[in-house]
Amino acid sequence: MNQAPPVVAMRDITKRFGDVVANKAVDFTLREREIHALLGENGAGKTTLMRILYGLYQEDAGQIWVRGEPVAIRSPRDAIALGIGMVTQHFALVPPMTVTENVILGTTDGLRLNLKAAHQKVAAAAERFGLSINPRALVEDLSVGEQQRVEILKALYRHAEVLILDEPTAVLVPQEVEQLFDSLRRLQEQGLSVVFITHKLHEVMAITNRVTVLRDGRVAGTVITRETDQAELARMMVGRATFNIPERENGHQVAERALVLEEVTALNNDGQPALKRVSLTVRAGEVLGLAGVSGNGQAELAEVLSGTRAVHRGRVLVHGRDVTNANPDAIMAAGVGRIPEDGRANVVSEMTVAQNIALEHLGDFTRRGQLDRRQMRAYAQKLIDEYQIKARPDDAIRTLSGGNLQKVILARVLARHPRVLVVSQPSRGLDVGATSYVRRRLLEQTDQGAGVLLISEDLDEVLALSDRIAVIYEGEIMGVLKPAEATVEQLGLLMAGVQA
Amino acid sequence: MRVQIERLPAPVWLRSLIPFISIFLTFLLTVGLVLAADANPLAATYYFLLDPLSSRVRLIEVLVKATPLLLTGTAVAFAFAGGYWNIGAEGQLYMGATAATAVGLQMHGQPAWIAVPLVIVAGFAAGLLWAVVPALMKVRLKIDEVVTTLLLNYVAIYFVSALLNGPWRDPISQWPQSPDIAPSAIFPKLIPRSRLHLGFLVALGVVFILWFVLTRTTFGVKMRAVGLNSAAARFSGIGVERTTFIVALVSGGIAGLAGASEVAGIHYHLIDAISPGYGYTGIIIATLGALNAVGVALAAIFIGLIDTGAQTVSRALGVPAYLGDVIQATLLLVTLAVLLLQRYRVTIRRRQPT
Repeated sequence: MNQAPPVVAMRDITKRFGDVVANKAVDFTLREREIHALLGENGAGKTTLMRILYGLYQEDAGQIWVRGEPVAIRSPRDAIALGIGMVTQHFALVPPMTVTENVILGTTDGLRLNLKAAHQKVAAAAERFGLSINPRALVEDLSVGEQQRVEILKALYRHAEVLILDEPTAVLVPQEVEQLFDSLRRLQEQGLSVVFITHKLHEVMAITNRVTVLRDGRVAGTVITRETDQAELARMMVGRATFNIPERENGHQVAERALVLEEVTALNNDGQPALKRVSLTVRAGEVLGLAGVSGNGQAELAEVLSGTRAVHRGRVLVHGRDVTNANPDAIMAAGVGRIPEDGRANVVSEMTVAQNIALEHLGDFTRRGQLDRRQMRAYAQKLIDEYQIKARPDDAIRTLSGGNLQKVILARVLARHPRVLVVSQPSRGLDVGATSYVRRRLLEQTDQGAGVLLISEDLDEVLALSDRIAVIYEGEIMGVLKPAEATVEQLGLLMAGVQA
Repeated sequence: MRVQIERLPAPVWLRSLIPFISIFLTFLLTVGLVLAADANPLAATYYFLLDPLSSRVRLIEVLVKATPLLLTGTAVAFAFAGGYWNIGAEGQLYMGATAATAVGLQMHGQPAWIAVPLVIVAGFAAGLLWAVVPALMKVRLKIDEVVTTLLLNYVAIYFVSALLNGPWRDPISQWPQSPDIAPSAIFPKLIPRSRLHLGFLVALGVVFILWFVLTRTTFGVKMRAVGLNSAAARFSGIGVERTTFIVALVSGGIAGLAGASEVAGIHYHLIDAISPGYGYTGIIIATLGALNAVGVALAAIFIGLIDTGAQTVSRALGVPAYLGDVIQATLLLVTLAVLLLQRYRVTIRRRQPT
């Protein structure tokens, strides 16, 4: 295996997006007939690196060789010509068309299309690659796993010798994962090289030959899969030797239970269970951090607690009051303040700062049906001063920077003295100054007796702010730890779905 | 060379020139046609835009034409501002006209102060009721209102046709038109010996209410939030379905008023062609007026103006009536395009050496 010649070599690849460096001098080598995992946390730079290889992004520095030749890949068309195919999480299929039509789309010349011959060609290709699929089926009638097979077939039909799979198992049910792995092993025997982007350790162990771990845009190491184990990979992925945890004064440990979830089950938009019997307790005056890789049910949990997603089974209690399936109004009335993951999506961007601040409690600014605009503006001005927001009450909220927008949302919630705070990714995309401001404000709330549920994919943030840490994986709580007792390995394994 | 397109509103001085730019572009686009019809393009422009403003009688006629447009424009603008795509103002207008006629026919012997308000209420109520089914389908079953409101237009129009060819056929003339409504139910004239009637005042009142609700009330903020970002509105605790439902019904009611106003103010009976598409023109007016009250009022009067002009131009110059329609449609399209394009700035610069 190690003697196989490299089919793709990427050297010193650097890619910046504005001030953010997504890839820093990354070296990556893919050998012939290997399945090579690209492992890392969210934002480690895995997808960016592969988008560069597929021509979706251009590297700022570095060089790519394919089969020993230096190449410039300026578009996916170049990549396809070099025998590189990519299957992303979002399929590029035309649902009302048949499998054959989707596969041959863009590969045919001329005006005439012999569909019968095309069906036969596609069926033959499917047979040869061991991808069981009916070429005459409509894509919209296929399961997600089958659609993924069509995407793979599409790449192979275009003579791909290198296949990039971006988190291919994220959309699959377990049986489909097994089928995918079988197909990949067969394709590997036929000479295909595969890059397998993932953050799930057991998948790395199950299917790959080698692993390259990325951390903060750099290569943390490349190892041979059978010479390593999950613990080592977790350590490479998370990477911190020690956590620098500020000891926090906390006299409220025996305090009242502010927020209780009892075996809560909820479905995602596709009707699949996103939360599976989640039980959590947040006490008054504490921060409970919820760590996990994105897409493991955090967004659905935040929505359940915001009143915008139905609870399928189980109960939600706020200071003993049942708010299961209550609407947002009732949940706020029970004392819950919500700071959503995506601020921009949860404000009305064409409206003013003052209107957005008032939006959650318009009743307080209403006199006999009429809006007291003067009072609304004065209230906004008060919060702008108090929270040092760089904006005026009548500015359209879309003109605000990310940091100021987050401060507006923070002010809107905190000014109403919530007894329970549900916070998602509070500092994502913010600069250092705004981040520390937001975090300080959140901690202040616990001093005033609020219970805080902090949902974050930023492990440093969870460790810095939490009194206790719960880890979520595929909709289940894997465990609850104290930050002082938690080790990197333990957290990394729990986040990757391995029970410690 | 690199072409860059940014979203950037035009300065005020440029925006105030928009009508003139549109007129000039329309002139350029239609000059060939007018010449082909053996007419003087400058004279055509005069009859189209200036002649309707040249005398008191003509000016009043512009306002008469604008009356149903003010109502349907407001109806559509109200719905669109709340994120409800009501394409059914035409059908709601027909139902409003039907109910106004039905009530008006029963008002013989009643004084005007009873008959006229009842006709108005009937028009509003019928338009509102006609909007209930698509609104319910929208909020309960998430069925697209664009399709349902549009399809109900044909139901309403054919319903009126069936009435006029059946039970309501004029017993004396045998024309497919209803008997006249009671004289006391007819809208009083605002100016003697003109066609300008009470409906115009009603329309102005409704435009004012649109302005007041959108800018001065809590409900206005809620419905705009729902219209601009329903997810954010829901997150903020606003009853999105409830708000949408109210918006849909009120919009239907306002469109119904347009029907009542045409029956009781202009025709005094129900006819097949009670509306030459006022409901659809309302969509243009709402869009042209940027969904706000002042814009809707200006757009309705503007369209009333070119409607009047389209009639005079063919009569005065002896060109086919269709030419008036072509110029009118061109002017509308150009105005819409200019309004859209003025929001962008295009810069062309040479590629910087890298």
